[in-house]
Amino acid sequence: MDRIPILRMGEFLLVTIQVDMHDQLALALQDDLSERISKTAARGVLIDISALDMVDSFIGRMIGTISAQSRIMDAHTVVVGMQPEVAITLVELGLTLPGVSTALDVERGMKLLRQRVASE
Amino acid sequence: MNVRTHGSMPVRREQDVVLARQAVRKLAVDCGMRLVDQTKMVTAASELARNTVVYGGGGDMDWELLEDGARTGLRLVFRDEGPGIADTALAMTDGWTSGSGLGLGLTGARRLVSEFELDSAPGKGTRVSITRWT
Repeated sequence: MDRIPILRMGEFLLVTIQVDMHDQLALALQDDLSERISKTAARGVLIDISALDMVDSFIGRMIGTISAQSRIMDAHTVVVGMQPEVAITLVELGLTLPGVSTALDVERGMKLLRQRVASE
Repeated sequence: MNVRTHGSMPVRREQDVVLARQAVRKLAVDCGMRLVDQTKMVTAASELARNTVVYGGGGDMDWELLEDGARTGLRLVFRDEGPGIADTALAMTDGWTSGSGLGLGLTGARRLVSEFELDSAPGKGTRVSITRWT
Protein backbone atom coordinates (compact mmCIF):
# COMPACT_ATOMS: atom_id res chain seq x y z
CA MET A 1 0.00 0.00 0.00
CA ASP A 2 1.06 3.61 -0.58
CA ARG A 3 2.51 5.54 2.33
CA ILE A 4 3.03 9.24 2.89
CA PRO A 5 6.73 9.79 3.70
CA ILE A 6 7.69 11.14 7.12
CA LEU A 7 11.02 13.02 7.23
CA ARG A 8 13.05 13.57 10.36
CA MET A 9 14.67 16.95 10.98
CA GLY A 10 16.44 16.95 14.34
CA GLU A 11 13.78 16.65 17.01
CA PHE A 12 10.97 17.31 14.55
CA LEU A 13 9.08 15.18 12.05
CA LEU A 14 8.04 16.67 8.73
CA VAL A 15 5.14 15.48 6.61
CA THR A 16 4.23 16.97 3.24
CA ILE A 17 0.95 15.70 1.86
CA GLN A 18 1.20 15.90 -1.92
CA VAL A 19 -1.37 13.40 -3.09
CA ASP A 20 -5.14 13.34 -3.09
CA MET A 21 -5.51 11.08 -0.08
CA HIS A 22 -7.95 8.23 0.06
CA ASP A 23 -9.18 7.33 3.53
CA GLN A 24 -6.88 4.34 4.14
CA LEU A 25 -3.85 6.48 3.30
CA ALA A 26 -4.96 9.07 5.86
CA LEU A 27 -5.40 6.36 8.51
CA ALA A 28 -2.00 4.86 7.67
CA LEU A 29 -0.37 8.26 8.14
CA GLN A 30 -2.01 8.57 11.55
CA ASP A 31 -0.55 5.21 12.65
CA ASP A 32 2.86 5.80 11.06
CA LEU A 33 3.24 9.15 12.78
CA SER A 34 2.52 7.91 16.29
CA GLU A 35 4.95 5.05 15.72
CA ARG A 36 7.66 7.45 14.52
CA ILE A 37 7.09 9.85 17.42
CA SER A 38 7.50 6.95 19.80
CA LYS A 39 10.65 5.62 18.07
CA THR A 40 12.42 8.95 17.63
CA ALA A 41 11.10 10.77 20.72
CA ALA A 42 10.27 13.65 18.39
CA ARG A 43 9.11 16.84 20.10
CA GLY A 44 7.22 18.27 17.17
CA VAL A 45 5.33 17.34 14.01
CA LEU A 46 4.92 19.72 11.09
CA ILE A 47 2.26 18.82 8.53
CA ASP A 48 2.33 20.76 5.27
CA ILE A 49 -1.05 20.63 3.53
CA SER A 50 -0.39 23.40 1.00
CA ALA A 51 -0.82 20.94 -1.89
CA LEU A 52 -4.27 19.81 -0.71
CA ASP A 53 -7.07 21.37 -2.74
CA MET A 54 -9.71 20.19 -0.31
CA VAL A 55 -10.04 18.94 3.26
CA ASP A 56 -13.24 17.08 4.05
CA SER A 57 -14.47 15.84 7.42
CA PHE A 58 -12.41 12.64 7.18
CA ILE A 59 -9.10 14.40 6.55
CA GLY A 60 -10.08 17.07 9.07
CA ARG A 61 -10.65 14.41 11.68
CA MET A 62 -7.28 12.81 10.83
CA ILE A 63 -5.56 16.15 11.44
CA GLY A 64 -7.33 16.53 14.80
CA THR A 65 -6.47 12.97 15.83
CA ILE A 66 -2.80 13.34 14.89
CA SER A 67 -2.63 16.53 16.92
CA ALA A 68 -4.26 14.94 19.98
CA GLN A 69 -2.20 11.72 19.71
CA SER A 70 1.08 13.55 19.41
CA ARG A 71 0.21 15.78 22.37
CA ILE A 72 -0.27 12.73 24.56
CA MET A 73 3.11 11.52 23.34
CA ASP A 74 4.79 14.80 24.37
CA ALA A 75 5.02 16.27 20.88
CA HIS A 76 3.42 19.39 19.38
CA THR A 77 1.75 19.43 15.97
CA VAL A 78 1.53 22.41 13.65
CA VAL A 79 -0.44 22.30 10.40
CA VAL A 80 0.84 24.70 7.77
CA GLY A 81 -0.11 25.97 4.34
CA MET A 82 -3.88 25.58 4.33
CA GLN A 83 -5.24 27.25 1.19
CA PRO A 84 -7.74 30.05 1.91
CA GLU A 85 -10.57 28.38 -0.03
CA VAL A 86 -9.93 25.17 1.90
CA ALA A 87 -10.15 27.06 5.20
CA ILE A 88 -13.40 28.79 4.17
CA THR A 89 -14.94 25.46 3.14
CA LEU A 90 -13.80 23.66 6.28
CA VAL A 91 -15.47 26.19 8.57
CA GLU A 92 -18.68 26.12 6.55
CA LEU A 93 -18.61 22.32 6.68
CA GLY A 94 -18.60 22.66 10.46
CA LEU A 95 -15.01 21.70 11.29
CA THR A 96 -13.02 24.32 13.16
CA LEU A 97 -10.17 22.01 14.23
CA PRO A 98 -10.16 22.97 17.92
CA GLY A 99 -6.82 22.34 19.59
CA VAL A 100 -4.91 22.18 16.31
CA SER A 101 -2.09 24.71 15.93
CA THR A 102 -1.68 26.24 12.50
CA ALA A 103 0.76 28.54 10.73
CA LEU A 104 0.64 30.10 7.30
CA ASP A 105 3.81 28.51 5.93
CA VAL A 106 6.59 26.06 6.78
CA GLU A 107 8.95 28.76 8.07
CA ARG A 108 6.39 30.17 10.50
CA GLY A 109 5.37 26.65 11.46
CA MET A 110 8.95 25.66 12.36
CA LYS A 111 9.32 28.86 14.39
CA LEU A 112 6.12 28.07 16.29
CA LEU A 113 7.26 24.50 16.99
CA ARG A 114 10.63 25.70 18.33
CA GLN A 115 8.88 28.22 20.59
CA ARG A 116 6.51 25.59 21.92
CA VAL A 117 9.30 23.15 22.70
CA ALA A 118 11.56 25.85 24.22
CA SER A 119 8.79 27.06 26.53
CA GLU A 120 8.47 23.67 28.20
CA MET B 1 -33.43 25.13 -17.56
CA ASN B 2 -31.26 23.16 -20.01
CA VAL B 3 -28.94 20.27 -19.42
CA ARG B 4 -25.74 21.01 -21.36
CA THR B 5 -24.02 17.68 -20.69
CA HIS B 6 -24.51 14.82 -18.30
CA GLY B 7 -22.88 11.58 -17.30
CA SER B 8 -22.45 8.99 -14.59
CA MET B 9 -19.65 7.25 -12.76
CA PRO B 10 -19.46 4.38 -10.28
CA VAL B 11 -18.87 5.08 -6.59
CA ARG B 12 -18.21 1.59 -5.29
CA ARG B 13 -14.80 1.52 -3.66
CA GLU B 14 -12.84 3.89 -1.49
CA GLN B 15 -10.62 4.87 -4.45
CA ASP B 16 -13.77 5.93 -6.31
CA VAL B 17 -14.23 8.69 -3.73
CA VAL B 18 -10.91 10.19 -4.89
CA LEU B 19 -11.90 9.74 -8.54
CA ALA B 20 -15.28 11.37 -7.89
CA ARG B 21 -13.56 14.36 -6.25
CA GLN B 22 -11.28 14.77 -9.27
CA ALA B 23 -14.19 14.47 -11.72
CA VAL B 24 -16.23 17.04 -9.77
CA ARG B 25 -13.30 19.46 -9.71
CA LYS B 26 -13.07 19.27 -13.50
CA LEU B 27 -16.84 19.69 -13.90
CA ALA B 28 -16.87 22.67 -11.53
CA VAL B 29 -14.10 24.30 -13.59
CA ASP B 30 -16.05 23.61 -16.82
CA CYS B 31 -19.10 25.12 -15.15
CA GLY B 32 -17.16 28.37 -14.61
CA MET B 33 -17.21 28.30 -10.81
CA ARG B 34 -14.84 30.44 -8.77
CA LEU B 35 -12.10 28.57 -6.89
CA VAL B 36 -13.87 28.78 -3.52
CA ASP B 37 -17.13 27.47 -5.03
CA GLN B 38 -15.27 24.64 -6.79
CA THR B 39 -13.75 23.68 -3.43
CA LYS B 40 -17.13 23.70 -1.69
CA MET B 41 -18.65 21.49 -4.39
CA VAL B 42 -15.70 19.07 -4.36
CA THR B 43 -15.81 18.83 -0.56
CA ALA B 44 -19.58 18.21 -0.54
CA ALA B 45 -19.10 15.53 -3.22
CA SER B 46 -16.36 13.89 -1.16
CA GLU B 47 -18.64 13.65 1.88
CA LEU B 48 -21.55 12.20 -0.11
CA ALA B 49 -19.40 9.80 -2.14
CA ARG B 50 -17.93 8.43 1.08
CA ASN B 51 -21.45 7.94 2.48
CA THR B 52 -22.41 6.08 -0.70
CA VAL B 53 -19.46 3.69 -0.29
CA VAL B 54 -19.47 3.28 3.50
CA TYR B 55 -23.18 3.35 4.36
CA GLY B 56 -24.84 2.63 1.01
CA GLY B 57 -22.59 -0.28 0.10
CA GLY B 58 -21.62 1.47 -3.15
CA GLY B 59 -23.63 3.18 -5.85
CA ASP B 60 -23.29 5.76 -8.58
CA MET B 61 -22.82 9.48 -9.06
CA ASP B 62 -24.78 11.15 -11.86
CA TRP B 63 -23.77 14.63 -12.95
CA GLU B 64 -25.40 17.34 -15.02
CA LEU B 65 -24.05 20.67 -16.22
CA LEU B 66 -27.05 23.01 -16.20
CA GLU B 67 -27.88 26.25 -17.95
CA ASP B 68 -30.58 28.53 -16.63
CA GLY B 69 -30.60 31.89 -18.38
CA ALA B 70 -27.27 33.55 -17.70
CA ARG B 71 -26.24 31.24 -14.90
CA THR B 72 -24.71 27.79 -15.05
CA GLY B 73 -24.85 25.10 -12.45
CA LEU B 74 -23.58 21.68 -11.53
CA ARG B 75 -25.94 19.04 -10.19
CA LEU B 76 -24.69 15.80 -8.64
CA VAL B 77 -26.85 12.88 -7.64
CA PHE B 78 -25.46 10.16 -5.37
CA ARG B 79 -27.60 7.07 -5.31
CA ASP B 80 -27.27 3.66 -3.76
CA GLU B 81 -29.41 0.66 -3.05
CA GLY B 82 -28.18 0.24 0.49
CA PRO B 83 -30.19 -0.07 3.71
CA GLY B 84 -31.56 3.48 3.46
CA ILE B 85 -32.15 5.94 6.29
CA ALA B 86 -35.09 5.39 8.65
CA ASP B 87 -35.27 8.90 10.07
CA THR B 88 -34.08 11.43 7.49
CA ALA B 89 -34.79 14.38 9.83
CA LEU B 90 -32.50 12.87 12.44
CA ALA B 91 -29.87 12.14 9.78
CA MET B 92 -29.88 15.85 8.94
CA THR B 93 -28.83 16.77 12.50
CA ASP B 94 -25.24 17.94 13.05
CA GLY B 95 -23.25 15.31 14.90
CA TRP B 96 -25.64 12.43 14.34
CA THR B 97 -23.97 9.37 12.83
CA SER B 98 -24.91 5.76 12.36
CA GLY B 99 -21.25 4.82 12.05
CA SER B 100 -18.03 6.07 13.54
CA GLY B 101 -17.80 9.37 11.68
CA LEU B 102 -18.21 12.91 12.93
CA GLY B 103 -21.77 13.19 11.67
CA LEU B 104 -20.91 16.14 9.46
CA GLY B 105 -21.23 14.51 6.05
CA LEU B 106 -24.87 15.19 5.18
CA THR B 107 -25.36 18.39 7.15
CA GLY B 108 -21.98 19.77 6.14
CA ALA B 109 -22.61 18.98 2.47
CA ARG B 110 -25.96 20.77 2.67
CA ARG B 111 -24.28 23.92 3.96
CA LEU B 112 -21.82 23.89 1.05
CA VAL B 113 -24.34 23.89 -1.82
CA SER B 114 -27.29 25.95 -3.09
CA GLU B 115 -29.83 23.14 -3.34
CA PHE B 116 -29.96 19.88 -1.39
CA GLU B 117 -32.43 17.01 -1.57
CA LEU B 118 -32.36 13.80 0.45
CA ASP B 119 -34.62 10.93 -0.49
CA SER B 120 -34.30 7.71 1.48
CA ALA B 121 -36.33 5.00 3.19
CA PRO B 122 -35.44 1.68 4.83
CA GLY B 123 -34.91 -0.93 2.14
CA LYS B 124 -35.23 1.66 -0.64
CA GLY B 125 -31.69 2.95 -0.76
CA THR B 126 -30.62 6.57 -0.62
CA ARG B 127 -30.56 9.36 -3.16
CA VAL B 128 -28.92 12.70 -2.44
CA SER B 129 -29.01 15.51 -4.98
CA ILE B 130 -26.89 18.64 -4.65
CA THR B 131 -26.72 21.66 -6.96
CA ARG B 132 -24.51 24.70 -6.95
CA TRP B 133 -24.98 27.66 -9.29
CA THR B 134 -22.38 30.12 -10.47
